[in-house]
Amino acid sequence: MTTDGSGPPETPEEAAASGTVAARFALKQRAGGLVVPVLTALIAFLIGGLVVAATGHNPLLAYRDIFNGAGLNWIFHPTTNIASTSAYNLSQTLLQTTTLILCGLAVAFAFRCGMFNIGGQGQYLIGLYVANWLGYDFARMSPVPHILIAIGGATIAGAAWAGIAGFLKATVGAHEVISTIMLNWIAIWMGEWLFGDGGPLQNAANKAVPISNDVAASAQLPAFWGVQQLQALDVGFFVAIAALIVFWLILNRTTLGYEVRAVGFSPEAAAYGGISVRKNLIRAMAISGAFAGLAGALDMLGYLYHFGVSDIPVSSVGFLGIAVALLGRNTAAGTALGALLFGALLFGTTHGLSSNVIQPELAGNLTYMIQGLVVLFVGADVLILYIWNTRRKLRPRAKQATT
Amino acid sequence: MTGTAARFDNPVSARLRNPATSGYTGLALGAVAAFLGIPPVQTRTVTWPVVVGVVAVVFGIWTVTRGRRRLGFGAVATGLAGIGLGILATRSGIGNLNAVFNPSLIAQTFAFSTPLVFGAIAGMFSERSGVVNIGLEGMMLMGAFWGVYGADKGGTWVVGLLVGMGAGGLLALVYAYFAIHLRADQIVGGTAVNFLALGITGYFFFQLYNGNYVSQGVSTIPNVRIPWIADLHFLGPAIGDLNLMVWLSFVLVVASYIVVFKTPIGLRIRACGEHPRAADTVGINVYAVRYGAVVLSGLLAAAGGVYLSDGFGGGTFTDNMTEGRGFIALAAMIFGNWRPAGAFAAAVLFGFSSAVALRLQVYSASASTLFNVLPYVLTLIAVAGVIGRTVPPAADGKPYSKQ
Repeated sequence: MTTDGSGPPETPEEAAASGTVAARFALKQRAGGLVVPVLTALIAFLIGGLVVAATGHNPLLAYRDIFNGAGLNWIFHPTTNIASTSAYNLSQTLLQTTTLILCGLAVAFAFRCGMFNIGGQGQYLIGLYVANWLGYDFARMSPVPHILIAIGGATIAGAAWAGIAGFLKATVGAHEVISTIMLNWIAIWMGEWLFGDGGPLQNAANKAVPISNDVAASAQLPAFWGVQQLQALDVGFFVAIAALIVFWLILNRTTLGYEVRAVGFSPEAAAYGGISVRKNLIRAMAISGAFAGLAGALDMLGYLYHFGVSDIPVSSVGFLGIAVALLGRNTAAGTALGALLFGALLFGTTHGLSSNVIQPELAGNLTYMIQGLVVLFVGADVLILYIWNTRRKLRPRAKQATT
Repeated sequence: MTGTAARFDNPVSARLRNPATSGYTGLALGAVAAFLGIPPVQTRTVTWPVVVGVVAVVFGIWTVTRGRRRLGFGAVATGLAGIGLGILATRSGIGNLNAVFNPSLIAQTFAFSTPLVFGAIAGMFSERSGVVNIGLEGMMLMGAFWGVYGADKGGTWVVGLLVGMGAGGLLALVYAYFAIHLRADQIVGGTAVNFLALGITGYFFFQLYNGNYVSQGVSTIPNVRIPWIADLHFLGPAIGDLNLMVWLSFVLVVASYIVVFKTPIGLRIRACGEHPRAADTVGINVYAVRYGAVVLSGLLAAAGGVYLSDGFGGGTFTDNMTEGRGFIALAAMIFGNWRPAGAFAAAVLFGFSSAVALRLQVYSASASTLFNVLPYVLTLIAVAGVIGRTVPPAADGKPYSKQ
């Protein structure tokens, strides 16, 4: 299920010697090249730009406006003063990045165990629901335990939701892609029921609208950059950074991570080496779900505070996590950069765009297109490398390719 | 053992002693028990649902003791569910029952099932040839938008159908190139197709229609009124006046059964999905067959999408119009065990639950949600292997490379 190594069972070195494009690429991939992710992103932006140009807009201006809208122009005149437009925009981009880091990790961790967790969206939603419920109940608690309970509960719920898919995979061999897709939709309809008319988590004061209660003040995460009423960047950002470190530590410095990666490389070899494949499939999926559930908790307690039926179909961060993780090649650092890229796209396309350059509605859909193209091209590493090699071939041909 | 066999030595009981037959009889009786309480039978006493349900349970237990545990437990569960639903129906008011369960529910079931049938059959062709098609949702969405665009600009629904199918086929061709030629991971590629379609349709919907409704008076796919049936008492409102695409979906099921199981082409498709190496050895061009199957898959899924916007929807489009129907179609295909008749039965079942959900919304939001989520829950149970066992083609999802 991983993007690489789906070829016949031979070592990358052997395959590289035979000179096929795919094999040489596989070697590069393992060597940790940056070529593919960077080229992938460039091609995606290029094709997106072509669509923009073909429909009569100036792609350069559009990308410039999205760049500014995301607050990335902040680096030209950095300031901590949130009244500055670029600083405010950057804080909002980082808020989106927080969510995307965790949703990306949810996909990446399962990937490292050889599974494709397409259910990040469902696990994220479950995290949102539980955080809202725990954040509204226990309203008379003091902030620290209340926040910890709400975050902990949502994280465990996300882990359990993903754990269903891991359990089914480990025990009866149900494909995790199918089961996580189904769990996504079950989570979506669960939200419709929970917050819908007469639902158990519907707003107690106003039964006319299908929307949840507001999270109690004691469970709201403290703001770190900005004014809370204007959707500030909350301390959840640091939780996401910490999660990146935890992700790296688990995978690279613990027995658990070693086993997970071993199963990801080759379940048969791992089993031969005495590692329980079943246990690791369930564990990896649960840890993945924990990241997504945590993302839901931080969003709910950090800045959303409430959630309605009409918000459910709009939300797609769990799916964006797929693009983030794939672009980041399922590593901690790559996921962070991928999350920043998509966080900037997500926020930069929502506002501040003038209709004589590109309307926000168009730009928002451009994000989906770029997301799709990124995922498409990351999966097709062979093509990327072909393009890379063609660039070289344009120079004088030094030698014929040996087969 | 032989003694009891001799006592029941007639053809009927001989067949019933076959565990498979008794299991399926149990399943059917369980379903009958659920339907006894609703029109047109509409018994008002609990006796009949309970009696029939108990018989179903007995058949189930018999099947379990004969070794077909999964099928038997499935029949027991269906019998119990039938008793429960039957009792529930006899307790509900006659007026409400008549408002929900009337002949037009059958027409509505087919209206909901038609896009699922097209999608499920589309997915079956692709997967039977060995290419997993998670991108059904995206191909369907392409059909939905470009179909209504074609009908609007071309002036007639025929052009709309062709343009819509062409758009879906084109996206499928891109996917086929990545999945077959570049041997990209098919799940990743299919996911990319879904994002891409969401972005493309959303972008052009805003670009071409400003995100508003498509102008009034678009030529829509017509209904086919069958004169002598349309005037009948029960059948008239049920099947007398169905959309052309509904009839075509019935034709498609029969035709695809014949193509897949009774023609050399079907044999080739199945060979490529089960053992591509062997197929290649006997001279079948695996790449060509897979390309053909995936593009056909795109055409058919898009036809379902065109029906959604230009038939069922009456010539309108909204952002993300398919709302997961492609995934339900995928579920129907899995639930139907990669067979046309099975996929059709599952699609009708899922269409029925959607139709009931729509009608129940007025009376009970939570019951409505329950019916909406049913397809996903049933599929999750199916892939978990609790009832029966789903068996995908052996080489499904594995890229093939010539040596």
